[in-house]
Amino acid sequence: MYQLLKQIAKTGIKTEEAPLADETLRVLQQRLQEGILKHLGRALAIRHVDAGSCNGCELEIHATNSPYYNLERLGIKFVASPRHADMLLVTGPVSRHMETALKRTYEATPDPKLVVAIGDCGCDGGIFGESYASCGRVANVIPVDVAVPGCPPTPLAIMQGILAAIKSQS
Amino acid sequence: MAFEELGINAAPLPGAMPAFHARIDASELHAMCEKARSQKARLVTLWGSDETTRGGGYALHLALAFPSGLLWLSVPLDRGHPHYPGIANIYPSADRMQRAAYDLVGIHAQENPDHRKWLRHGAWPGGVFPLRKDFDIANCFPPAEDHYPFIKVEGEGVHEIPVGPVHAGTIEPGHFRFTVVGEKILRLEERFGYKHKGIEKRFETMTLEEGARLAGRISGDSTVAYAWAYAMAVEGATGGTEPPRRALALRGILLELERVANHLGDIGYLGNDVALSFGFFQFWRLKEDLLRLNSQLFGHRYLMDMIVPGGVARDLSKREADLLLDRLEKVRGEVATLKSIYDEHAGAQDRFIMTGQVLPELAEKMGLTGFAGRASGIRHDLRVDYSIPPYQQLKVQLASHTRGDVAARVSVRFDELAESIRLIQALVQQLPSGDIRVPLVDAVSGRCGVGWVEGWRGEILIALEAGENHRIHRCHAHDPSWQNWPALQHAVIGNIVPDFPLINKSFNLSYSGHDL
Repeated sequence: MYQLLKQIAKTGIKTEEAPLADETLRVLQQRLQEGILKHLGRALAIRHVDAGSCNGCELEIHATNSPYYNLERLGIKFVASPRHADMLLVTGPVSRHMETALKRTYEATPDPKLVVAIGDCGCDGGIFGESYASCGRVANVIPVDVAVPGCPPTPLAIMQGILAAIKSQS
Repeated sequence: MAFEELGINAAPLPGAMPAFHARIDASELHAMCEKARSQKARLVTLWGSDETTRGGGYALHLALAFPSGLLWLSVPLDRGHPHYPGIANIYPSADRMQRAAYDLVGIHAQENPDHRKWLRHGAWPGGVFPLRKDFDIANCFPPAEDHYPFIKVEGEGVHEIPVGPVHAGTIEPGHFRFTVVGEKILRLEERFGYKHKGIEKRFETMTLEEGARLAGRISGDSTVAYAWAYAMAVEGATGGTEPPRRALALRGILLELERVANHLGDIGYLGNDVALSFGFFQFWRLKEDLLRLNSQLFGHRYLMDMIVPGGVARDLSKREADLLLDRLEKVRGEVATLKSIYDEHAGAQDRFIMTGQVLPELAEKMGLTGFAGRASGIRHDLRVDYSIPPYQQLKVQLASHTRGDVAARVSVRFDELAESIRLIQALVQQLPSGDIRVPLVDAVSGRCGVGWVEGWRGEILIALEAGENHRIHRCHAHDPSWQNWPALQHAVIGNIVPDFPLINKSFNLSYSGHDL
């Protein structure tokens, strides 16, 4: 126990300053009312859905919870069910085998809701494109508010995208 | 030349790894596999191909690992009724691979006890085979239900817990069907294929050079291992393009950095899964430091697209090399401190020890591979078994354990983490001078190449056949998860449901690399 506490004390606080929203990532007009955004900006629940990625984007989504980025300090947390979520964070080209699951997850998420597509594949299908097995970009299957490019996008870019989605446009 | 272990003629394949290619008749397949198994040869992978555009029918291929190298066996199959005797009774891990080969190419394994589809859900109908040459990649079918017949378990107090494809955490999609009695797991049945996105078909629309980028995106956490295996296969298929020695040393550095990053992240998560969130924060701090260093030195946090056919895309300057040595020394010290905290943490050890056990006998039968295999007494590591550059002078220490539980897998990961840091330091210190890339020799249509690399998860194999005009005729990618997923079904039996995430994480298998 002594070793553990010593290590915590030695490490100190690693969390860095949070990034600002990147509004250039927005692809749809803000759908939500001002009053709702005011609440979401302080308590946002995200359900992550991997709809067919290579797992690269997931590595960076994990990293947003590492001590350097510490996404939860902004009141943003990942939840285990779409029924508890305000936002879906979707990665991958949507494989045809995940098309139904993604649509059902979207339907299970209560309104008002937001969708952020993560990664080059989520934005435009990426290297996998559209085919017998892939529907391509996320917007081909469900409405997307914000799309964050990158292969994979950095944790900061992912945070900037999430923040852009809950920012008022007025 | 004669491939002595099996007493057949096999042609050596050009390339870095010792590999041989032979054609056999379907009628010889069973006897050949029996003989191979009796000599403890491992089944690395099995796949199918369409040879009708070359005047043939179809073909079954398998890759077996012998002490003298990899044996790639091709079995020509009839065009009208492509079938062969299934080998899952000899190599149980062949079962799902045979079913996938049917879904994609339409070659049929006879006498296989399980005839259910595997990678196909509802995206294309039965009787249609995407990897056949007359199938257009843009062909789309109306979505259909999967209707997969799970095995029913009945009895007093027995009930089912279906999980997925959308999981509760940030994880890839797959379905787990638990049968439980109270809290205990009686049986687990897995269902995959949700991530199938047509990777092998996509390869066939690409040139040998273009394929490198796709190979690096088969499984994002193993991008270096896949890119190296692909580059090795292309170098073989172009008649033995030889990357410069400096490039090979840099590839070794990149692969070991990938291993270090993944073990750091997973050991952190394993702490988190047993309520030691301290472990998560400490190891993810170290992992993030390393990813930032990767970005600084190589321009990419996960080192994507660094390994290319013919060499590597980026050099390491003397100043950068010194920085790498300095940072790794710090990581080594921190990991040693954290390891002693994990080792002495009664709560964590209580959850790790005797949880999710795969005993050596079962591991051998199932063909368990990679670090999970080594934690269950399967003493294989390609870096040790076939000492090729840049590993041949480094005397890689094989990490192993025999208990096969979560604790054993954690222990092997800690050992491999320390060993990889030593290897990187040795490679950096002995970095040869010279070029980092050579142009590819022209490929001849029909020529084969094999890439076989010990990724952090296990053996990754790329089997490549060149087509006309430097294009890809067939590229098969194999992830070690094919062998290890079925073993997970056994590892969880008798454990409690809440320990499943812990057991699963201790293997951390790939969905994308498996579903292709």
